[in-house]
Amino acid sequence: MKILVCIKQVPDMESKFKIADNATWYDSGELAWRMNEYDEYAVEQGVQLKTQVADADLTVLCIGPQRVQETMKKALAMGCDRGVHIEDAESFKKDPFEIASMIAEFAKEKSFDMIFTGMQSQDRGSAQVGLMVAELLDIPSISTVVDFAFDAGKVTAKRELEGGIKAKVSCTAPALITCQLGLNTPRYPTLPNIMKAKRKELLSLPAADLLKVERKQETAKIYFPEKKGGGLVLEGAAGDLADQLIKILKENTGVLA
Amino acid sequence: MKALLVAEHRDGQLLTSSYELVAFAQQLGADSAMFLVGSDVSLPQYDGTLYLADIDKYSEYNPAVHKQLLLDVIAKEQPDIVVFSHSSYGWDLAPRVSVALGAAHVSEVVEVVDGAMVVPVCNAKLRRQVSVKTAKTVVSLQSGAFCLSDDPEGTPTVEKIDTDAAARVVFEGFEEAEAGGVDLSKSEVIVSAGRGIGKPENLAIIEGLATALKGDYGASRPVVDSDWVDHGRQVGSTGQSVSPKLYIACGISGAIQHLAGMKKSEYIVAINTDKDAPIGEVADVLVVADLKEFVPLMTAKLLV
Repeated sequence: MKILVCIKQVPDMESKFKIADNATWYDSGELAWRMNEYDEYAVEQGVQLKTQVADADLTVLCIGPQRVQETMKKALAMGCDRGVHIEDAESFKKDPFEIASMIAEFAKEKSFDMIFTGMQSQDRGSAQVGLMVAELLDIPSISTVVDFAFDAGKVTAKRELEGGIKAKVSCTAPALITCQLGLNTPRYPTLPNIMKAKRKELLSLPAADLLKVERKQETAKIYFPEKKGGGLVLEGAAGDLADQLIKILKENTGVLA
Repeated sequence: MKALLVAEHRDGQLLTSSYELVAFAQQLGADSAMFLVGSDVSLPQYDGTLYLADIDKYSEYNPAVHKQLLLDVIAKEQPDIVVFSHSSYGWDLAPRVSVALGAAHVSEVVEVVDGAMVVPVCNAKLRRQVSVKTAKTVVSLQSGAFCLSDDPEGTPTVEKIDTDAAARVVFEGFEEAEAGGVDLSKSEVIVSAGRGIGKPENLAIIEGLATALKGDYGASRPVVDSDWVDHGRQVGSTGQSVSPKLYIACGISGAIQHLAGMKKSEYIVAINTDKDAPIGEVADVLVVADLKEFVPLMTAKLLV
């Protein structure tokens, strides 16, 4: 069985973001980078499936500049067998369709039985790439999955809907799943596995070899949203802040009367 | 400009979020038609053509078949823009339709500025204005971003549609939300824990403040996903929607999914080390502090 997991490297969302000089993306200089949170669930599910079925091979794919290899090493340490790095210093400019097309171009004719992606990325958050890959490969796909089971080629999954309701669905492999938070408990790589990961195959492919479509959309401008509402901001020593807040709550809400 | 609005139906009912698509079309000044896989018994109040496929025949979740039904209508109507809700239905179907049309898909639109779609980036810390290069555009709208100013009204001209496209995914039914949770919708005070609590042991700090304020405690999704708090206490679009007199968000950055569940609270206090956290946008008061230091101090002062 062949399994593919697609991951993205994103900035740590707690970072202080700055706008880049051309104002069409954020400045990437001083950010800390990590694996897109949703993709950690995708990697974990891939590793669990590989463990479940006999004779499986698990490839992790990532598009981006050289630094994404650090994130790929985490996926390899979590249990992926090999990595494919699509090297692209300008991946941040590519739209979801271009990214999906490059993945589909790589994956076609490789007969992956299952593909896992995150449900969306934490930075762009388009929630498009996984589903587009499946459409381009012409295989069934299920998005926003919080429960996954695989048995003899049959995929049974639960999709998360609004208000805590889930939809129970099924399809036949080959198929693609986009993983929602909470699908499983992503493992932490152990030190021996981190050491082992260093010896695993990590193939680099130039993006130009796989990009065969036109861009459909671009970022015209990126900016900080205007602060709305004009809420009060309190700063200072914690003890003083507590006194201030209690006074405010007494004046503005009925709950401390 | 012509818009095709993809309305939604769940478990026997038209979803009222469908009217947000009408509001969006009005704001663009676009003519519109509507598409719905739904039922005669719950039709939208809408003056215009409604292309209606029978949900009993085509099921709640059936992406390949819903896509074909929609593509047939698009071929007939030739809309410039196809509009979805950015919901579990919309974000699933929209990318499929956009690939089939060769159209750009702009996700989670929050506003339109000078004709350009604006979307959130990086947990809504940033905004991005998108320029589309294709003739047709597919968009999905952030929940609550576009609202009708008046109650919806009208009667659609229903045109029944069918397809013989084959299903690839089988819908086998719903699983209801887990029972046994705490009904936070009746709480007057809610103190919620976010990822900022750092570790499960710190939940006691949040519970302590909730008790001191005679309220209940809730949690954001990451805290629930980490199994630190039961799903029954989750506030947000996939948990409970609450509107207490006082909502205190502790270490919650303010993802849109969380805001959707609590922004109707009468008074909102956010406690966060990050002055730029999006929760600040809805908060009446933002206390810039480490909750682990601030909350116990506040609790102690309340109990004096």
